Amino acid sequence: MSIPVRKYDAVIVGAGGAGLRAAIQLSEAGLKTAVLSKVFPTRSHTVAAQGGVSASLGNSEQDHWHWHMYDTVKGSDWLGDQDAIEFMCRKAPEVVVELEHFGMPFDRTDEGKIYQRPFGGHMSNFGEKPVRRACAAADRTGHAMLHALYQRNVRAQTQFFVEWMALDLIRDEEGQVLGVIALEMETGEVVAFHAKATIFATGGAGRIFYSSTNAFINTGDGLGMAARAGIQLEDMEFWQFHPTGVAGAGVLITEGVRGEGGILRNSAGERFMERYAPNAKDLASRDVVSRAMVTEINEGRGCGPNKDFVTLDITHLPPETIMKRLPGIREISIQFAGIDPIKAPIPVVPTCHYQMGGIPTNYKGQVINDTGATVTGFYAAGECACASVHGANRLGTNSLLDLLVFGKSSGDTVIEDMASMPKAHKELPANFADKTLARLARLENQTNGSSVNDTRLAMQRTMQNHCGVFRFKDKLEEGVQKILEIEKQVAITEIKDKSKVWNTARVEALELDNLIEVAKATMICANARKESRGAHVRDDAPDTPEMPNGRNDKEWHKHTLWQRDGNKLSYKPVNMTPLSVETIALKTRSY
Amino acid sequence: MEREALNRLQWRCTRRALLELDLILGKFLAEEFPGLSEDDKQVFAVLADMEDHDLWPLVNGTEECEDARQAAVVAMLRKSEVRRPQ
Repeated sequence: MSIPVRKYDAVIVGAGGAGLRAAIQLSEAGLKTAVLSKVFPTRSHTVAAQGGVSASLGNSEQDHWHWHMYDTVKGSDWLGDQDAIEFMCRKAPEVVVELEHFGMPFDRTDEGKIYQRPFGGHMSNFGEKPVRRACAAADRTGHAMLHALYQRNVRAQTQFFVEWMALDLIRDEEGQVLGVIALEMETGEVVAFHAKATIFATGGAGRIFYSSTNAFINTGDGLGMAARAGIQLEDMEFWQFHPTGVAGAGVLITEGVRGEGGILRNSAGERFMERYAPNAKDLASRDVVSRAMVTEINEGRGCGPNKDFVTLDITHLPPETIMKRLPGIREISIQFAGIDPIKAPIPVVPTCHYQMGGIPTNYKGQVINDTGATVTGFYAAGECACASVHGANRLGTNSLLDLLVFGKSSGDTVIEDMASMPKAHKELPANFADKTLARLARLENQTNGSSVNDTRLAMQRTMQNHCGVFRFKDKLEEGVQKILEIEKQVAITEIKDKSKVWNTARVEALELDNLIEVAKATMICANARKESRGAHVRDDAPDTPEMPNGRNDKEWHKHTLWQRDGNKLSYKPVNMTPLSVETIALKTRSY
Repeated sequence: MEREALNRLQWRCTRRALLELDLILGKFLAEEFPGLSEDDKQVFAVLADMEDHDLWPLVNGTEECEDARQAAVVAMLRKSEVRRPQ
């Protein structure tokens, strides 16, 4: 069966920061570029980023990209690739100044330079003392960035396909990527976007967890498509958690609440952080606080009927302080927890925040296959990609930097690669749409199947309970079996609405097809990695004098690669060869 | 409202940039929207088309809504409580 085919030089899937930045490069170079997005571009989840974007501009004090590189390698717990990290940190000042020229309304110093503020983990002189490196636009950095990038794309006449969902990659027998198949929600039409280059910028998949700060849109569509097309996923066991998401809802309670004197308490009302971090207490680092919270819950000191959360108490603060210094927090607590924090403590749990792993790429944005070679015609950037600059844990403000640097570099690489490609599009293989159409037909005709909502919920609860912020051998092993059982339910999802036009039930079922791939990869990779490193912390790999923080460099200083077929795992070495400077040698990560 | 229009509105309410608005608009659409007057339904659809950083301060009460017709619907959104079992 054939479907309509539209030809472009390049197709970009996703219109968040990375997709829009890549699109600017391509459109300004005169390439015919299509950008597909499930939502209007300025509705992408990049909008939610508040903290800032890091660059060693040195506007407030002396700074250097090499120091930024050191902080990023250390933050990654030495799992980040040092060539990619050098590339990103060296490029940071350039892409930030470019963004300024695109019209980004950065906060400014009295002299009119971009104002820079300190941010956790950013230090001067190779970890010596904090440095002001984060550039921000009030608390709306992601929002302002996305608007500046979108406007630039309008100027460059990028062609947007809004409320379209990409369904599958098109690959030929040689493994070359020739575009994507996509669904237009408004018509229900399935169309092939035949392109010489395909860039994935589809964001993360934080919705695999029950408690997630991610908006509903983050369903890992790019990862699902890549996995189904035989591309491996890298380092999927590494997810960053934020300690204080509202229990149940996931909505973030900013760290500023603890900064203003908020106290974490268990069911006995005890300020338990005094036992785990006697000095820093509630202001200890994110991972220390998150693990302490989970330990309290696991040892039966959680709150509520199911003893499955702890509380964040600000009842001792004067109401005026809460209203003045923590705007919006009272309203968030009332709306999402049914609690007025002036009168009662807020229920909180560690909540999934950011995906460090993804589609394996090099620092040019080219996707890498299982032999280490590039996949012709396929590129990825942003949270869906793993370059790998975040390694086992991401440094704050490096996510927005990642979007800008790798969005731009993937665009530049497409332009370079295209120069050596034949002028004509490579022919699409016969029956290239068969698998996608069969998947749609299966969904259409399924009877006595499973509910999309119930299956998604079962997956999210399994991920939360078996593969959360603090991991246990038995729970992980059981989690692998459970998630493989849930996969069987995903294979038989049934929708009642069979209509063609604006069928959101169909789209949600297709999103679940992508989520389950990420969930499987995460659980299986986490079960296999028998050490603690960065955000992956196992109870059976504790901190010992021989292995500080439970990290086992001898056996586990390597990237995990998960292959969908047969759930096979393989490993590849971490790149320890920066582009121009000396290797930042392995060292214990301590702050 | 016809199924198509309602589904489109549902998509625009539950695929937002901010999780906060996914939760509040999604619940409101399912529970409160069917009982609204036709005028208020139109107002809600206009609000749902706003940018997240313009709408969220109105819904969480850190900014006041200047449009009187919108203010009534915003007041309903503010009262909306979204809780799931943990």
